[in-house]
Amino acid sequence: MAMPAFLIYAFLYLYPSVSNLWNSTKRWDGVLPPEFIGARNFTYLATNDDLFLKVLGNNIRFALVVVILQTSFSLLFATFLLKNTKTTIFLRVVYFFPTILSSVSVGLIWLFLYNPNYGLINATAKKIGVMQDPGINWLGDSRYALYAIAITQVWFHTGQMVVIYVAGLQQIPAELYEAAEVDGASRWQQFKSITWPMALPTTAVVVAYTTIQSFRAFDLVYAMTQGGPSNASDVLVTLIYNTAFASYKFGYASAQSVLLVIMVLLITWLQRRTLRVNYGDK
Amino acid sequence: MLYKSTKNFLLTAFALLVLIPCSIVVLGTFKTDGEIYSTPLALPKTWTLDNFRTLFDSGGLITPFKNSVIVAVFSVFFTLLLASMAAYAIARSMTISGKVLFFLFTLGLAIPGQVNIIPIYVLFVKLNLTNSLTGLVLVNIALTLPISIFILSAFFKDLSKEMFEAASIDGAGHWRIFRSVALPLCRPAMGATGIFLFVICWNDLLYPLMLISELSKKTLPLILIDYRGEYFSSFSMLFTAIFVASIPMVIMYLFFQKSFIAGITAGAVKG
Repeated sequence: MAMPAFLIYAFLYLYPSVSNLWNSTKRWDGVLPPEFIGARNFTYLATNDDLFLKVLGNNIRFALVVVILQTSFSLLFATFLLKNTKTTIFLRVVYFFPTILSSVSVGLIWLFLYNPNYGLINATAKKIGVMQDPGINWLGDSRYALYAIAITQVWFHTGQMVVIYVAGLQQIPAELYEAAEVDGASRWQQFKSITWPMALPTTAVVVAYTTIQSFRAFDLVYAMTQGGPSNASDVLVTLIYNTAFASYKFGYASAQSVLLVIMVLLITWLQRRTLRVNYGDK
Repeated sequence: MLYKSTKNFLLTAFALLVLIPCSIVVLGTFKTDGEIYSTPLALPKTWTLDNFRTLFDSGGLITPFKNSVIVAVFSVFFTLLLASMAAYAIARSMTISGKVLFFLFTLGLAIPGQVNIIPIYVLFVKLNLTNSLTGLVLVNIALTLPISIFILSAFFKDLSKEMFEAASIDGAGHWRIFRSVALPLCRPAMGATGIFLFVICWNDLLYPLMLISELSKKTLPLILIDYRGEYFSSFSMLFTAIFVASIPMVIMYLFFQKSFIAGITAGAVKG
Protein backbone atom coordinates (compact mmCIF):
# COMPACT_ATOMS: atom_id res chain seq x y z
CA MET A 1 0.00 0.00 0.00
CA ALA A 2 2.95 2.29 0.40
CA MET A 3 4.07 1.68 -3.16
CA PRO A 4 2.14 4.37 -5.10
CA ALA A 5 3.35 7.05 -2.67
CA PHE A 6 6.88 5.71 -2.78
CA LEU A 7 7.07 5.62 -6.56
CA ILE A 8 6.03 9.28 -6.93
CA TYR A 9 8.33 10.28 -4.09
CA ALA A 10 11.28 8.32 -5.46
CA PHE A 11 10.81 9.66 -8.97
CA LEU A 12 10.13 13.32 -8.09
CA TYR A 13 12.03 13.81 -4.83
CA LEU A 14 14.77 11.26 -4.20
CA TYR A 15 15.93 10.98 -7.80
CA PRO A 16 16.13 14.79 -8.28
CA SER A 17 18.04 15.13 -5.00
CA VAL A 18 20.57 12.54 -6.11
CA SER A 19 20.86 13.95 -9.62
CA ASN A 20 21.61 17.32 -8.04
CA LEU A 21 24.77 15.79 -6.60
CA TRP A 22 25.69 14.40 -9.98
CA ASN A 23 24.88 17.66 -11.82
CA SER A 24 27.08 19.62 -9.43
CA THR A 25 30.12 18.01 -11.05
CA LYS A 26 29.19 19.31 -14.50
CA ARG A 27 29.55 22.40 -16.59
CA TRP A 28 26.12 22.70 -18.14
CA ASP A 29 24.00 25.45 -19.68
CA GLY A 30 20.84 23.32 -19.71
CA VAL A 31 20.87 23.01 -23.49
CA LEU A 32 24.16 21.51 -24.71
CA PRO A 33 25.26 18.16 -23.24
CA PRO A 34 26.85 18.57 -19.79
CA GLU A 35 30.61 18.28 -19.43
CA PHE A 36 32.18 16.56 -16.40
CA ILE A 37 34.52 18.89 -14.50
CA GLY A 38 34.92 17.13 -11.14
CA ALA A 39 34.93 19.39 -8.09
CA ARG A 40 35.76 22.54 -10.05
CA ASN A 41 32.34 24.12 -9.34
CA PHE A 42 32.98 23.75 -5.64
CA THR A 43 36.52 25.08 -5.67
CA TYR A 44 35.33 28.06 -7.69
CA LEU A 45 32.47 28.63 -5.23
CA ALA A 46 34.80 28.55 -2.26
CA THR A 47 37.66 30.62 -3.66
CA ASN A 48 36.53 32.83 -6.52
CA ASP A 49 32.91 33.73 -6.15
CA ASP A 50 32.46 37.00 -4.27
CA LEU A 51 28.76 37.10 -5.07
CA PHE A 52 28.18 33.70 -3.47
CA LEU A 53 30.03 34.74 -0.32
CA LYS A 54 28.07 37.98 -0.19
CA VAL A 55 24.75 36.14 -0.58
CA LEU A 56 25.76 33.55 2.01
CA GLY A 57 26.55 36.45 4.37
CA ASN A 58 23.18 38.03 3.55
CA ASN A 59 21.39 34.81 4.30
CA ILE A 60 23.21 34.33 7.60
CA ARG A 61 22.37 37.90 8.65
CA PHE A 62 18.77 37.40 7.53
CA ALA A 63 18.55 34.18 9.56
CA LEU A 64 20.10 35.81 12.65
CA VAL A 65 17.71 38.76 12.64
CA VAL A 66 14.66 36.58 12.04
CA VAL A 67 15.64 33.93 14.58
CA ILE A 68 16.48 36.40 17.35
CA LEU A 69 13.44 38.65 16.89
CA GLN A 70 10.92 35.95 16.09
CA THR A 71 12.00 33.64 18.91
CA SER A 72 12.11 36.33 21.59
CA PHE A 73 8.81 37.90 20.52
CA SER A 74 7.02 34.58 20.36
CA LEU A 75 8.37 33.42 23.72
CA LEU A 76 7.36 36.73 25.28
CA PHE A 77 3.85 36.65 23.83
CA ALA A 78 3.44 32.97 24.67
CA THR A 79 4.18 33.64 28.34
CA PHE A 80 1.51 36.37 28.22
CA LEU A 81 -1.00 34.15 26.44
CA LEU A 82 -0.41 30.96 28.38
CA LYS A 83 -3.79 30.58 30.06
CA ASN A 84 -6.78 29.64 27.95
CA THR A 85 -9.23 32.50 28.29
CA LYS A 86 -11.46 34.12 25.68
CA THR A 87 -9.05 37.03 25.28
CA THR A 88 -5.90 34.94 24.97
CA ILE A 89 -7.49 32.58 22.48
CA PHE A 90 -8.74 35.54 20.44
CA LEU A 91 -5.27 37.14 20.45
CA ARG A 92 -3.63 33.87 19.41
CA VAL A 93 -6.07 33.64 16.49
CA VAL A 94 -5.25 37.24 15.49
CA TYR A 95 -1.48 36.73 15.80
CA PHE A 96 -1.65 33.54 13.78
CA PHE A 97 -3.62 35.18 10.96
CA PRO A 98 -0.69 36.31 8.72
CA THR A 99 0.52 32.69 8.55
CA ILE A 100 -2.38 31.74 6.30
CA LEU A 101 -1.60 34.45 3.73
CA SER A 102 0.71 33.78 0.81
CA SER A 103 4.24 35.14 0.93
CA VAL A 104 3.50 37.08 -2.23
CA SER A 105 0.49 38.81 -0.65
CA VAL A 106 2.47 39.61 2.49
CA GLY A 107 5.34 40.90 0.38
CA LEU A 108 3.06 43.20 -1.62
CA ILE A 109 1.34 44.51 1.54
CA TRP A 110 4.71 45.44 3.00
CA LEU A 111 5.77 46.93 -0.32
CA PHE A 112 3.06 49.49 0.42
CA LEU A 113 4.01 49.97 4.09
CA TYR A 114 7.66 50.52 3.14
CA ASN A 115 6.94 52.88 0.24
CA PRO A 116 9.20 55.90 0.72
CA ASN A 117 6.59 58.48 -0.35
CA TYR A 118 3.19 57.42 0.93
CA GLY A 119 3.89 54.19 2.84
CA LEU A 120 2.48 53.98 6.35
CA ILE A 121 5.90 53.68 8.02
CA ASN A 122 7.45 56.81 6.56
CA ALA A 123 4.20 58.77 6.70
CA THR A 124 3.87 58.03 10.42
CA ALA A 125 7.55 58.71 11.11
CA LYS A 126 7.30 62.07 9.35
CA LYS A 127 4.11 63.00 11.16
CA ILE A 128 5.63 62.44 14.59
CA GLY A 129 8.77 64.19 13.48
CA VAL A 130 11.40 61.47 13.68
CA MET A 131 12.01 61.48 9.92
CA GLN A 132 12.65 64.32 7.46
CA ASP A 133 11.81 64.41 3.77
CA PRO A 134 12.60 62.61 1.51
CA GLY A 135 12.59 59.74 4.01
CA ILE A 136 14.20 56.34 3.91
CA ASN A 137 13.72 54.14 0.87
CA TRP A 138 13.60 50.93 2.88
CA LEU A 139 13.55 48.41 0.05
CA GLY A 140 15.52 50.49 -2.44
CA ASP A 141 18.47 51.19 -0.17
CA SER A 142 21.09 48.46 -0.03
CA ARG A 143 21.72 49.20 3.65
CA TYR A 144 18.14 48.43 4.70
CA ALA A 145 16.53 46.12 2.14
CA LEU A 146 17.58 42.81 3.70
CA TYR A 147 16.52 43.86 7.19
CA ALA A 148 13.24 45.26 5.92
CA ILE A 149 12.43 41.84 4.46
CA ALA A 150 13.54 40.15 7.69
CA ILE A 151 11.06 42.31 9.66
CA THR A 152 8.33 41.30 7.23
CA GLN A 153 9.21 37.66 7.78
CA VAL A 154 8.97 38.18 11.55
CA TRP A 155 5.53 39.78 11.14
CA PHE A 156 4.54 36.85 8.93
CA HIS A 157 5.44 33.97 11.24
CA THR A 158 5.64 35.16 14.85
CA GLY A 159 2.03 34.09 15.48
CA GLN A 160 2.79 30.54 14.38
CA MET A 161 5.73 30.36 16.78
CA VAL A 162 3.55 31.78 19.57
CA VAL A 163 1.20 28.82 19.13
CA ILE A 164 4.10 26.35 19.23
CA TYR A 165 5.48 28.00 22.37
CA VAL A 166 2.08 28.07 24.09
CA ALA A 167 1.74 24.33 23.49
CA GLY A 168 5.22 23.80 24.93
CA LEU A 169 4.78 26.08 27.94
CA GLN A 170 1.43 24.56 28.85
CA GLN A 171 3.29 21.30 29.55
CA ILE A 172 5.12 22.94 32.47
CA PRO A 173 3.43 21.82 35.73
CA ALA A 174 1.55 24.69 37.37
CA GLU A 175 2.81 23.54 40.80
CA LEU A 176 6.28 24.82 39.93
CA TYR A 177 4.96 28.35 39.55
CA GLU A 178 2.79 28.02 42.66
CA ALA A 179 5.79 26.90 44.72
CA ALA A 180 7.89 29.74 43.36
CA GLU A 181 5.11 32.20 44.17
CA VAL A 182 5.01 30.91 47.78
CA ASP A 183 8.77 31.39 48.01
CA GLY A 184 8.31 34.98 46.91
CA ALA A 185 10.04 34.66 43.54
CA SER A 186 9.55 37.63 41.22
CA ARG A 187 8.16 37.21 37.70
CA TRP A 188 11.61 37.61 36.23
CA GLN A 189 13.02 34.96 38.61
CA GLN A 190 10.16 32.62 37.70
CA PHE A 191 10.86 33.14 34.04
CA LYS A 192 14.61 32.64 34.50
CA SER A 193 14.46 29.54 36.67
CA ILE A 194 11.28 27.80 35.49
CA THR A 195 9.98 28.96 32.12
CA TRP A 196 13.28 29.34 30.26
CA PRO A 197 14.89 26.00 31.26
CA MET A 198 11.63 24.07 30.93
CA ALA A 199 10.95 25.61 27.52
CA LEU A 200 14.39 24.77 26.10
CA PRO A 201 13.20 21.78 24.04
CA THR A 202 10.53 23.99 22.45
CA THR A 203 13.10 26.71 21.90
CA ALA A 204 15.34 24.22 20.12
CA VAL A 205 12.45 23.30 17.80
CA VAL A 206 11.50 26.94 17.16
CA VAL A 207 15.08 28.05 16.54
CA ALA A 208 15.87 25.13 14.23
CA TYR A 209 12.62 25.54 12.28
CA THR A 210 13.09 29.29 11.93
CA THR A 211 16.73 28.92 10.88
CA ILE A 212 15.87 26.34 8.24
CA GLN A 213 12.94 28.47 7.00
CA SER A 214 15.34 31.40 6.69
CA PHE A 215 17.72 29.39 4.52
CA ARG A 216 14.79 28.23 2.39
CA ALA A 217 13.45 31.78 1.96
CA PHE A 218 12.52 32.65 -1.59
CA ASP A 219 8.94 33.85 -2.10
CA LEU A 220 9.08 36.90 0.13
CA VAL A 221 12.40 38.12 -1.26
CA TYR A 222 11.29 37.53 -4.82
CA ALA A 223 8.02 39.40 -4.26
CA MET A 224 9.58 42.37 -2.47
CA THR A 225 12.97 43.11 -4.08
CA GLN A 226 13.93 40.17 -6.32
CA GLY A 227 17.22 40.25 -4.43
CA GLY A 228 18.06 43.87 -5.17
CA PRO A 229 19.31 46.53 -5.01
CA SER A 230 22.58 45.14 -6.39
CA ASN A 231 22.16 41.76 -4.62
CA ALA A 232 21.86 43.43 -1.22
CA SER A 233 18.85 41.30 -0.32
CA ASP A 234 19.71 38.19 -2.32
CA VAL A 235 19.48 34.94 -0.35
CA LEU A 236 20.66 31.45 -1.30
CA VAL A 237 17.52 30.19 -3.03
CA THR A 238 17.05 33.39 -5.06
CA LEU A 239 20.70 33.11 -6.05
CA ILE A 240 20.31 29.45 -7.07
CA TYR A 241 17.18 30.34 -9.03
CA ASN A 242 18.94 33.15 -10.89
CA THR A 243 22.12 31.17 -11.49
CA ALA A 244 20.02 28.48 -13.16
CA PHE A 245 17.24 30.37 -14.89
CA ALA A 246 18.75 33.80 -15.57
CA SER A 247 22.41 32.87 -16.18
CA TYR A 248 21.81 29.30 -17.41
CA LYS A 249 24.58 27.81 -15.31
CA PHE A 250 22.80 24.62 -14.33
CA GLY A 251 25.84 22.76 -13.05
CA TYR A 252 27.03 25.67 -10.98
CA ALA A 253 23.56 26.23 -9.52
CA SER A 254 23.46 22.52 -8.61
CA ALA A 255 26.71 22.91 -6.68
CA GLN A 256 25.17 25.85 -4.80
CA SER A 257 22.13 23.67 -4.03
CA VAL A 258 24.34 20.91 -2.67
CA LEU A 259 25.98 23.38 -0.28
CA LEU A 260 22.53 24.55 0.84
CA VAL A 261 21.47 20.95 1.56
CA ILE A 262 24.62 20.37 3.59
CA MET A 263 23.95 23.51 5.64
CA VAL A 264 20.35 22.55 6.31
CA LEU A 265 21.33 18.99 7.28
CA LEU A 266 23.95 20.41 9.63
CA ILE A 267 21.37 22.61 11.36
CA THR A 268 18.96 19.67 11.70
CA TRP A 269 21.72 17.51 13.13
CA LEU A 270 22.74 20.22 15.61
CA GLN A 271 19.15 20.57 16.79
CA ARG A 272 18.74 16.81 17.27
CA ARG A 273 22.04 16.66 19.14
CA THR A 274 21.15 19.53 21.47
CA LEU A 275 17.87 17.86 22.30
CA ARG A 276 19.46 14.47 22.86
CA VAL A 277 22.31 15.77 25.03
CA ASN A 278 20.01 17.79 27.26
CA TYR A 279 16.81 15.81 27.39
CA GLY A 280 17.36 12.28 26.13
CA ASP A 281 15.90 11.27 22.79
CA LYS A 282 12.16 11.60 23.16
CA MET B 1 0.89 46.73 38.14
CA LEU B 2 3.77 47.76 35.94
CA TYR B 3 3.98 44.18 34.66
CA LYS B 4 0.30 44.12 33.84
CA SER B 5 0.24 47.39 31.95
CA THR B 6 3.42 46.56 30.00
CA LYS B 7 1.92 43.21 29.11
CA ASN B 8 -1.36 44.72 27.95
CA PHE B 9 0.45 47.39 25.99
CA LEU B 10 2.66 44.88 24.15
CA LEU B 11 -0.21 42.51 23.44
CA THR B 12 -2.36 45.30 22.04
CA ALA B 13 0.53 46.74 20.05
CA PHE B 14 1.23 43.46 18.27
CA ALA B 15 -2.46 42.84 17.62
CA LEU B 16 -2.65 46.28 15.98
CA LEU B 17 0.52 45.55 14.04
CA VAL B 18 -1.24 42.54 12.53
CA LEU B 19 -4.64 44.14 12.08
CA ILE B 20 -3.63 47.52 10.65
CA PRO B 21 -1.93 46.28 7.46
CA CYS B 22 -4.79 43.83 6.89
CA SER B 23 -7.38 46.59 7.34
CA ILE B 24 -5.50 48.80 4.89
CA VAL B 25 -5.84 46.06 2.29
CA VAL B 26 -9.53 45.42 2.92
CA LEU B 27 -10.43 49.12 3.00
CA GLY B 28 -8.20 49.75 0.01
CA THR B 29 -10.24 47.46 -2.20
CA PHE B 30 -13.07 50.03 -2.02
CA LYS B 31 -10.89 53.11 -2.49
CA THR B 32 -9.15 55.04 -5.21
CA ASP B 33 -5.36 55.18 -5.30
CA GLY B 34 -5.37 58.77 -4.09
CA GLU B 35 -7.38 57.86 -1.02
CA ILE B 36 -5.14 54.89 -0.23
CA TYR B 37 -2.07 57.10 -0.27
CA SER B 38 -3.48 60.03 1.67
CA THR B 39 -5.69 58.25 4.22
CA PRO B 40 -4.89 54.53 4.16
CA LEU B 41 -6.76 53.74 7.36
CA ALA B 42 -9.85 55.90 6.92
CA LEU B 43 -13.13 54.45 5.75
CA PRO B 44 -13.66 54.98 2.02
CA LYS B 45 -15.49 58.23 1.19
CA THR B 46 -17.78 56.35 -1.11
CA TRP B 47 -17.93 52.58 -1.07
CA THR B 48 -17.48 51.43 -4.65
CA LEU B 49 -16.77 48.10 -6.25
CA ASP B 50 -14.98 49.73 -9.18
CA ASN B 51 -11.68 48.03 -8.37
CA PHE B 52 -13.28 44.59 -8.46
CA ARG B 53 -15.09 45.49 -11.67
CA THR B 54 -11.88 46.65 -13.35
CA LEU B 55 -10.01 43.49 -12.36
CA PHE B 56 -12.79 41.07 -13.26
CA ASP B 57 -13.80 42.85 -16.48
CA SER B 58 -10.29 42.46 -17.78
CA GLY B 59 -10.82 38.77 -17.00
CA GLY B 60 -7.37 38.56 -15.55
CA LEU B 61 -8.22 37.07 -12.18
CA ILE B 62 -10.77 34.40 -12.99
CA THR B 63 -8.51 31.93 -14.80
CA PRO B 64 -5.69 32.04 -12.20
CA PHE B 65 -8.28 31.63 -9.45
CA LYS B 66 -9.64 28.55 -11.19
CA ASN B 67 -6.12 27.21 -11.77
CA SER B 68 -5.22 27.69 -8.11
CA VAL B 69 -8.37 25.85 -7.02
CA ILE B 70 -7.68 22.96 -9.40
CA VAL B 71 -4.04 22.63 -8.38
CA ALA B 72 -4.73 22.89 -4.64
CA VAL B 73 -7.73 20.55 -4.60
CA PHE B 74 -6.12 17.79 -6.67
CA SER B 75 -2.76 18.09 -4.89
CA VAL B 76 -4.37 17.83 -1.46
CA PHE B 77 -6.70 15.01 -2.44
CA PHE B 78 -4.01 12.79 -3.96
CA THR B 79 -1.44 13.58 -1.29
CA LEU B 80 -3.88 12.65 1.47
CA LEU B 81 -4.92 9.47 -0.33
CA LEU B 82 -1.39 8.28 -1.08
CA ALA B 83 0.04 9.43 2.25
CA SER B 84 -2.67 7.79 4.34
CA MET B 85 -2.19 4.48 2.51
CA ALA B 86 1.57 4.64 2.96
CA ALA B 87 1.34 5.79 6.58
CA TYR B 88 -1.08 2.98 7.41
CA ALA B 89 1.18 0.39 5.80
CA ILE B 90 4.24 1.78 7.59
CA ALA B 91 2.53 2.04 10.97
CA ARG B 92 1.23 -1.52 10.83
CA SER B 93 4.32 -3.13 9.39
CA MET B 94 6.83 -4.74 11.71
CA THR B 95 9.21 -5.69 8.94
CA ILE B 96 12.54 -4.13 8.11
CA SER B 97 11.25 -2.91 4.75
CA GLY B 98 8.65 -0.80 6.55
CA LYS B 99 11.39 0.84 8.61
CA VAL B 100 13.58 1.41 5.56
CA LEU B 101 10.66 2.95 3.72
CA PHE B 102 9.94 5.26 6.63
CA PHE B 103 13.58 6.30 6.76
CA LEU B 104 13.58 7.09 3.04
CA PHE B 105 10.49 9.25 3.46
CA THR B 106 12.01 11.11 6.42
CA LEU B 107 15.01 11.93 4.20
CA GLY B 108 12.58 14.13 2.31
CA LEU B 109 11.95 16.08 5.51
CA ALA B 110 15.63 16.84 5.85
CA ILE B 111 16.31 17.82 2.24
CA PRO B 112 14.63 21.14 1.45
CA GLY B 113 12.35 20.81 -1.60
CA GLN B 114 13.65 24.09 -3.02
CA VAL B 115 16.98 22.55 -3.99
CA ASN B 116 15.31 20.23 -6.46
CA ILE B 117 14.25 23.02 -8.82
CA ILE B 118 16.91 22.29 -11.43
CA PRO B 119 16.48 18.49 -11.77
CA ILE B 120 12.69 18.88 -11.67
CA TYR B 121 12.84 21.52 -14.38
CA VAL B 122 15.07 19.39 -16.60
CA LEU B 123 12.89 16.34 -16.02
CA PHE B 124 9.65 18.21 -16.69
CA VAL B 125 10.96 19.72 -19.90
CA LYS B 126 11.75 16.18 -21.07
CA LEU B 127 8.33 14.88 -20.01
CA ASN B 128 6.55 17.88 -21.51
CA LEU B 129 5.09 18.77 -18.10
CA THR B 130 6.00 22.44 -18.09
CA ASN B 131 3.05 24.83 -18.49
CA SER B 132 0.83 22.08 -17.17
CA LEU B 133 -1.37 22.05 -14.08
CA THR B 134 -0.84 18.28 -13.89
CA GLY B 135 2.86 18.97 -13.57
CA LEU B 136 2.25 21.34 -10.65
CA VAL B 137 0.01 18.78 -8.95
CA LEU B 138 2.70 16.10 -9.33
CA VAL B 139 5.37 18.39 -7.85
CA ASN B 140 3.10 19.32 -4.96
CA ILE B 141 2.35 15.68 -4.21
CA ALA B 142 6.02 14.72 -4.22
CA LEU B 143 7.02 17.70 -2.07
CA THR B 144 4.33 17.24 0.57
CA LEU B 145 4.28 13.42 0.81
CA PRO B 146 7.13 13.14 3.37
CA ILE B 147 5.61 15.53 5.92
CA SER B 148 2.10 14.10 5.42
CA ILE B 149 3.30 10.53 5.91
CA PHE B 150 5.23 11.62 8.97
CA ILE B 151 2.20 13.25 10.61
CA LEU B 152 -0.26 10.52 9.64
CA SER B 153 1.92 7.55 10.56
CA ALA B 154 2.44 9.03 14.04
CA PHE B 155 -1.33 9.17 14.27
CA PHE B 156 -1.86 5.58 13.04
CA LYS B 157 0.73 4.29 15.52
CA ASP B 158 -1.32 5.77 18.36
CA LEU B 159 -4.46 3.89 17.33
CA SER B 160 -4.98 0.77 19.37
CA LYS B 161 -3.73 -2.42 17.76
CA GLU B 162 -6.60 -4.47 19.24
CA MET B 163 -9.05 -2.76 16.95
CA PHE B 164 -7.13 -3.78 13.85
CA GLU B 165 -6.60 -7.27 15.21
CA ALA B 166 -10.31 -7.65 15.94
CA ALA B 167 -11.14 -6.59 12.40
CA SER B 168 -8.54 -8.97 11.10
CA ILE B 169 -10.03 -11.88 13.07
CA ASP B 170 -13.42 -11.01 11.61
CA GLY B 171 -11.85 -11.74 8.26
CA ALA B 172 -11.25 -8.23 6.97
CA GLY B 173 -8.30 -7.81 4.62
CA HIS B 174 -5.76 -4.96 4.72
CA TRP B 175 -7.78 -2.83 2.34
CA ARG B 176 -11.00 -3.39 4.20
CA ILE B 177 -9.40 -2.51 7.57
CA PHE B 178 -7.81 0.58 6.06
CA ARG B 179 -11.07 1.80 4.56
CA SER B 180 -13.54 0.88 7.29
CA VAL B 181 -11.47 1.16 10.46
CA ALA B 182 -8.35 3.26 10.02
CA LEU B 183 -9.63 6.03 7.73
CA PRO B 184 -12.77 6.92 9.71
CA LEU B 185 -10.72 7.05 12.92
CA CYS B 186 -8.14 9.42 11.53
CA ARG B 187 -10.59 11.91 10.07
CA PRO B 188 -9.49 14.77 12.41
CA ALA B 189 -5.81 14.17 11.63
CA MET B 190 -6.61 14.04 7.91
CA GLY B 191 -8.57 17.29 8.19
CA ALA B 192 -5.76 19.14 9.92
CA THR B 193 -3.15 17.75 7.51
CA GLY B 194 -5.38 18.59 4.55
CA ILE B 195 -5.66 22.21 5.62
CA PHE B 196 -1.92 22.43 6.14
CA LEU B 197 -1.36 21.05 2.64
CA PHE B 198 -3.97 23.35 1.13
CA VAL B 199 -2.23 26.43 2.51
CA ILE B 200 1.11 25.26 1.10
CA CYS B 201 -0.26 24.47 -2.35
CA TRP B 202 -2.41 27.60 -2.56
CA ASN B 203 0.46 29.91 -1.65
CA ASP B 204 3.43 28.32 -3.42
CA LEU B 205 5.42 30.55 -5.74
CA LEU B 206 8.77 28.93 -6.55
CA TYR B 207 7.70 25.90 -8.59
CA PRO B 208 4.91 27.63 -10.54
CA LEU B 209 7.32 30.48 -11.29
CA MET B 210 9.79 28.04 -12.75
CA LEU B 211 7.38 25.71 -14.55
CA ILE B 212 4.59 27.98 -15.79
CA SER B 213 4.99 30.76 -18.32
CA GLU B 214 1.71 30.58 -20.27
CA LEU B 215 -0.81 33.10 -19.00
CA SER B 216 -3.69 30.61 -19.17
CA LYS B 217 -1.91 28.24 -16.73
CA LYS B 218 -0.78 30.77 -14.12
CA THR B 219 -1.83 30.43 -10.49
CA LEU B 220 -2.74 33.32 -8.17
CA PRO B 221 0.73 33.96 -6.64
CA LEU B 222 2.17 34.16 -10.17
CA ILE B 223 -0.49 36.62 -11.27
CA LEU B 224 0.17 38.73 -8.17
CA ILE B 225 3.84 38.86 -9.18
CA ASP B 226 2.77 39.96 -12.69
CA TYR B 227 0.49 42.62 -11.19
CA ARG B 228 3.36 43.88 -9.08
CA GLY B 229 5.03 44.98 -12.30
CA GLU B 230 1.87 45.96 -14.15
CA TYR B 231 0.19 47.99 -11.40
CA PHE B 232 3.32 49.09 -9.66
CA SER B 233 1.89 52.44 -8.74
CA SER B 234 -1.71 51.33 -8.31
CA PHE B 235 -2.17 49.78 -4.91
CA SER B 236 -5.95 49.80 -5.27
CA MET B 237 -5.55 47.10 -7.94
CA LEU B 238 -2.87 45.22 -5.99
CA PHE B 239 -4.93 45.25 -2.79
CA THR B 240 -8.01 44.04 -4.61
CA ALA B 241 -6.02 41.21 -6.18
CA ILE B 242 -4.52 40.29 -2.79
CA PHE B 243 -8.01 40.33 -1.30
CA VAL B 244 -9.38 37.98 -3.96
CA ALA B 245 -6.36 35.66 -3.68
CA SER B 246 -6.65 35.46 0.11
CA ILE B 247 -10.38 35.22 0.58
CA PRO B 248 -10.70 31.39 0.36
CA MET B 249 -8.01 30.96 3.03
CA VAL B 250 -9.55 33.63 5.25
CA ILE B 251 -13.02 32.09 5.07
CA MET B 252 -11.62 28.65 5.82
CA TYR B 253 -9.60 30.11 8.69
CA LEU B 254 -12.67 31.75 10.22
CA PHE B 255 -14.55 28.46 10.15
CA PHE B 256 -11.81 26.02 11.08
CA GLN B 257 -9.39 28.06 13.24
CA LYS B 258 -8.58 25.11 15.45
CA SER B 259 -7.75 22.69 12.64
CA PHE B 260 -5.81 25.42 10.86
CA ILE B 261 -3.65 26.21 13.83
CA ALA B 262 -3.25 22.52 14.74
CA GLY B 263 -2.44 21.49 11.16
CA ILE B 264 0.01 24.24 10.35
CA THR B 265 1.86 23.96 13.64
CA ALA B 266 2.04 20.17 13.48
CA GLY B 267 3.53 20.56 10.03
CA ALA B 268 6.06 23.05 11.34
CA VAL B 269 7.10 21.15 14.45
CA LYS B 270 7.44 17.80 12.75
CA GLY B 271 8.94 19.18 9.58
